[in-house]
Amino acid sequence: MKLAVLVLEGPYNHEASDSAYQFIQAALAKGHTIRGVFFYDDGVYNATKLMDPPQDDRHISKRWSELGAKGIDMIVCVAAAKRRGIVENVLVPNVRISGLGQLASMIDESDRLVTFGD
Amino acid sequence: MAGKGKKVMVTVRKAPHGSIYVQEGIEVMFIFATYDMDLSVVFLDDGVLALQPGQDTKGLGIKGFMASLGALVDWEVTNVYVDRQSLKERNIAEDGIISIGKNEDTDEPIRPKVLDSADIAAMMAQQHSIVSF
Repeated sequence: MKLAVLVLEGPYNHEASDSAYQFIQAALAKGHTIRGVFFYDDGVYNATKLMDPPQDDRHISKRWSELGAKGIDMIVCVAAAKRRGIVENVLVPNVRISGLGQLASMIDESDRLVTFGD
Repeated sequence: MAGKGKKVMVTVRKAPHGSIYVQEGIEVMFIFATYDMDLSVVFLDDGVLALQPGQDTKGLGIKGFMASLGALVDWEVTNVYVDRQSLKERNIAEDGIISIGKNEDTDEPIRPKVLDSADIAAMMAQQHSIVSF
């Protein structure tokens, strides 16, 4: 099955981002395709390379970047990012900034949209 | 334009102003309405509180979104529904919710259509995707 994933919460403070990541890993392991991940609301904070968590903790933006390196389309919403000071040059590699129209396309081209938020 | 393509529903389930969920949900409605999809919007659970008239966010120091909600129809977001049970649980009268636009011919206010939970569930079952805020 082809899946799109929408992440609405930021890293660390809420579980939504971790749940989304674990869900994607499980889906990939089962042979599903991830059409893309769209970060919206505070979800845009997931993709900043400025985060530097303690070494014994998971590095959330690095994990997303690694998924992007696998060819999964990782998109941060431009309007939500502008509100929160997230711009192209603070993003981890393999993540890009684009508009809500990309979410519409992801939905159109996927069998399911799975939303992770509060 | 709206009215074609796959069925996509945006749901608003959270209380207004305490988080940005409702506001950024409305932004999704506005953008999606310009795409090739059969868009519907449903207010339910605490999301129905967004439809109460007379909300003023000045004291909160935030812009708020009441003007946007009042203009949904102008943005071609026309299939807008509200859950009857959610209204009832919160003591909001069915005819006491805000209008989301005006009928161009009669100038009468257009309000979200009140539906029973079972009807909304049936609509949900027909969707290609549901985007939940």
